[in-house]
Amino acid sequence: MILRTHKLGEADRILTMLSRSHGKIRAVAKGVRRTASKFGARLEPFMVADLQLYEGRSLDIVTQAESIGSYGAAIVSDYASYTAASVLVETADKLTDAEAGLQQYLLLVGALRSLAQRAHDPQLILDSYLLRALSIAGWAPSFGDCAVTGAPGPHSAFVVQLGGVVADEAAPPGAPRLDPQTLALLGALLSGDWATAEAMGESTRNQASGVVAAYTQWHLERGLRSLQHVDRTPAVSAADAGAAGAGAAGVSASGVTAPRINARTGEVL
Amino acid sequence: MYEGIVQDLIDEFGRLPGIGPKSAQRIAFHILQTETFDTTRLAELLVDVKTKVRFCEICGNVTEEERCSICRDPRRSPATICVVEEAKDVQAIERTREFRGLYHVLGGAISPIDGIGPDDLRIRQLVQRLADDTVTEVIIATDPNLEGEATATYLSRMLSPFGLRVTRLASGLPVGGDLEYADEVTLGRAFEGRRVVSD
Repeated sequence: MILRTHKLGEADRILTMLSRSHGKIRAVAKGVRRTASKFGARLEPFMVADLQLYEGRSLDIVTQAESIGSYGAAIVSDYASYTAASVLVETADKLTDAEAGLQQYLLLVGALRSLAQRAHDPQLILDSYLLRALSIAGWAPSFGDCAVTGAPGPHSAFVVQLGGVVADEAAPPGAPRLDPQTLALLGALLSGDWATAEAMGESTRNQASGVVAAYTQWHLERGLRSLQHVDRTPAVSAADAGAAGAGAAGVSASGVTAPRINARTGEVL
Repeated sequence: MYEGIVQDLIDEFGRLPGIGPKSAQRIAFHILQTETFDTTRLAELLVDVKTKVRFCEICGNVTEEERCSICRDPRRSPATICVVEEAKDVQAIERTREFRGLYHVLGGAISPIDGIGPDDLRIRQLVQRLADDTVTEVIIATDPNLEGEATATYLSRMLSPFGLRVTRLASGLPVGGDLEYADEVTLGRAFEGRRVVSD
């Protein structure tokens, strides 16, 4: 899975990729920015490709590429899906290294496929991915039992630094409180209960997104640059998406709204 | 390591894009050893390009005046605006001699992962140019890569309330190439955008 690309020299690109069995790999693809490139189109972000790499001194060099799955065209034809997918790959890039396991790879491919197929609202796919990717990395949040004492829930005080909801006696003064609906949505996103997640209203979804963003930013220690550009307009239906095509006119004309979280600090607004 | 200003010169050339330490050294020694090399002219040009060249107040293209030569040309049609990512793209399209309208340079493409959102591009200025009814068509000529396509999607969504004709440059097979060597994405696009030769 191609995560991101950087320009190199006249016509080359450095690719950052997450592989099925070799963790994160960085490689140089020579001449791919030229229009005559034989495999430039297969090495764009959100593409799954079978690659042959030549081991170089510092970076590997791509010698052959065959496309396995192409989610790019379907994702960029909906702006909200594109901004969500950008956060997905940036998170995967920051969470993984050369030792990354199969689970992170499968989760990312599954999330990008869902975005491409418009299986769910992009915002829900993004939040669910972030919670699950952090869980695989060892930072599973708790939305039921107290994250400090293990006291059975429900609890309403949510403290990012303590790893989720905490009992009243463990909560620091002034800890933010979450309503039961938001906690139910967060739990559903973590477990992949889409029926419950999709039944929630917009305000609950936005509240949950703020919590997920804050939790992610805290644990990654570095801000996710793409998170502040997430477009939170309603998703385009599968039928609309099919008619629109990549980059063509016909995509829904809804306005662009700003995220409802402070993406730099991760604070819930 | 060389001493003093020779090393300083090599270091400065080495900062330029696409020039590594060896190339920087070669350029520096070319300047030092070639007697006919006009260093004064090079120095003056470097100063002039930073002080005199600016961006056109209308389209964002590079120019030495307030408005670029294309925006000043009365023979160009103001009814069509071609939106490109960089000023370099204007030159590429001008070489085709096919387009006689005006341009709008965005200054990049939307790339959230690099921290570039719609507000970082000259999209607001584009919308201001569409305020009167002069413009009837906007041609989106962003790069045919992921960021370029996403920018095109954003622009088409943003421009649809204006009731304009919004078009996107075609993607497909390069002229002079063999069909068998085309990758499946490009070939797929070529099929998608095929045109009728005869009915």
